[in-house]
Amino acid sequence: MAKTVTITDTPAPAVQPYLDHHGRVASSLPGGDLSWLGNLRAEGIARFRKQGFPGARVEAWRYTNLRPLEKVAFEPAPAGGGPSAAVSVDLLPTVMPAGQPSHRLVFVDGAFRDDLSSIGTLPEGAVVTSLGHALNSHADLLERHLGRVGVTDSNPFQALNTAFLADGVVVHLPKGVAVAEPIEVVFIGTGGVSEKPTMHHPRILVVAEANSEATLVEHHLGQGVGTYFANHVTEIVAGEGARLHHYKVQRESTLAFHMATVTADLAKDASYDNFVLTMGGRLSRNEIKPVLNGTGVECRLSGAYMVNGQQHCDTTTVIDHAQPHCTSREVYKGVIDGTAKAVFQGKIIVRPDAQKTDGYQLNRALLLSDTAEIDSKPELEIYADDVKCSHGATAGELDDDQLFYLRARGIDLESARNLLIAAFLADAIEEVRIDTVREAFQGMVTGWLKTQRA
Amino acid sequence: MIEIKNLHVTVADKPILKGLNLSIGAGEVHAIMGPNGAGKSTLGYALAGRDGYEVTEGSVSYNGKDLLDMEPDERAAAGVFLAFQYPVEIPGVSNTTFLKSAVNSIRRARSEKELDAMEFLKLIRAKTKQLGMTDEMLKRAVNVGFSGGEKKRNEVLQMAVLDPAFCVLDETDSGLDIDALRIVADGVNALRGPDRAILVITHYQRLLDYIVPDKVHVLANGRIVRTGDKGLALELEEKGYAEFGVDEAA
Repeated sequence: MAKTVTITDTPAPAVQPYLDHHGRVASSLPGGDLSWLGNLRAEGIARFRKQGFPGARVEAWRYTNLRPLEKVAFEPAPAGGGPSAAVSVDLLPTVMPAGQPSHRLVFVDGAFRDDLSSIGTLPEGAVVTSLGHALNSHADLLERHLGRVGVTDSNPFQALNTAFLADGVVVHLPKGVAVAEPIEVVFIGTGGVSEKPTMHHPRILVVAEANSEATLVEHHLGQGVGTYFANHVTEIVAGEGARLHHYKVQRESTLAFHMATVTADLAKDASYDNFVLTMGGRLSRNEIKPVLNGTGVECRLSGAYMVNGQQHCDTTTVIDHAQPHCTSREVYKGVIDGTAKAVFQGKIIVRPDAQKTDGYQLNRALLLSDTAEIDSKPELEIYADDVKCSHGATAGELDDDQLFYLRARGIDLESARNLLIAAFLADAIEEVRIDTVREAFQGMVTGWLKTQRA
Repeated sequence: MIEIKNLHVTVADKPILKGLNLSIGAGEVHAIMGPNGAGKSTLGYALAGRDGYEVTEGSVSYNGKDLLDMEPDERAAAGVFLAFQYPVEIPGVSNTTFLKSAVNSIRRARSEKELDAMEFLKLIRAKTKQLGMTDEMLKRAVNVGFSGGEKKRNEVLQMAVLDPAFCVLDETDSGLDIDALRIVADGVNALRGPDRAILVITHYQRLLDYIVPDKVHVLANGRIVRTGDKGLALELEEKGYAEFGVDEAA
């Protein structure tokens, strides 16, 4: 078959509306007086224009079809959240037991809601604020760090986020500062407020200086009945010996599109944990790309996903071992039902200098129906010779012997299935080291199971 | 209590039980002995309701109800308990969670109040002590990393905790040394009572020294070919199954 390659300056039809929106709103985005920010956004839209929406021929997007996203005409969510849906502060999710202090920032359709947020008391020097505020109060910090980590030409969503960059979260931890309680960020997509599908592009920037420590918990949830597109980018800069725990639960509406790109630059002896619990979204992708940029880094990426109906959930990780004596570990487990489809792409790069690398990767999927699907692609790219890297991927069904054993002890089929599914996911959830978060996530899994086949 | 009439069971289209008749009254302990492949385990699985054990003919009446019409969990709730020859390992589910789910599922099905954490602990502590089991075994995943003896003790623990009316013990003696055998047998004997029927399936007579049956049946080629008292077990031990027209190697 003849392959036609067309080189043209005309953007693809699906791209044009985004360019138009950008042209219309760019000048009114916050921080208009900051020339570096204007340049950053201009670069973003240029890169997006160049990349467009990748098709199946682009290796990184081979298993995730973006056509359903391309077909929807999204408009930027109204600035300031518009006349957003009634959100009650009492109903906001938290991993903290009631009455316990926490630091919480709430966003509705991508816009910071001061009235719903409570940042609380922080240790001396620590900054936790909305990006909108930080553009005034910490412009230098933002200029130094925004858009610096892991910018590539294979992720148009990162570029799109940069193009529309307006709000989000900024966390700055000076040297040696530890924030004890989790910093919780709640993103609510309403979708149903305006008649038209909307999109928002929040950015999280975490700059953790040497030997600082914090836990960041992201809650993503949908409210309302409309379609929306949540396009998140998180940038992490961890200094020497910094310890960051980064946890996320995604419970968007099943009409929502959820794209999230996490890039992390990890210095010597830093440790970074990332765990994603995915339950929602029609089409979602988490792309997590840490660079282990000093010796002695410990990086752990893990997650659990539970999808059914026609959901599509993509987990793509690229762990870049750039320096020697680093450890990385990945444990992903997923439960797939109905005609849902999950994708796991896990690449581990070991650069020529990265001797004594220790890498481990596991992806296991449990298929609950004949029409459920998993595409698993582990990829090791090793350029050093003294390394230890292993990976494993399995897909299976519930074990009939185990089911019968449970039922023979009086446990009904439904409960027996749920016990086994929870047990299957348990060792992924065990990867969450912070007790309060792990227990909260376990509770959400139990809740999910109860709603599935009742 | 249990009335098995002309039971025919096929597994993967192969007839295994071919017209088995057996009747056990409350308070009785019966033993079924037989060579390998006679259909002993098939009987246990058929009574517990395992998928793939297709009853093609016959009936099983349990306290006047049609047992074959019930789901496995309904049978358990009604008081039927199968102690497995090969207890199943369930990684990720702790023994305690498993037992508590089982106890409360059965209590729910019987419209009894569910036990809370304290009540359950009290119940289980007493039973584990009797069986020489440790708290540590309760915390471990179900049967994972258990020795053969520990698995069998775990089966008897479940039996004791679930308080069934009709117990089927499938080769509970296999893989046990003499001390473990005694502990398991003591556990079973403690459950003997006027309201309970017990069916012991075994290949060897040895277990019956400890769990003394009221009746012994010989199962061969899918049927009960002879019934007697405990003396029959000793006779079998001495003469082997060949006496009953059974080729041991078949």
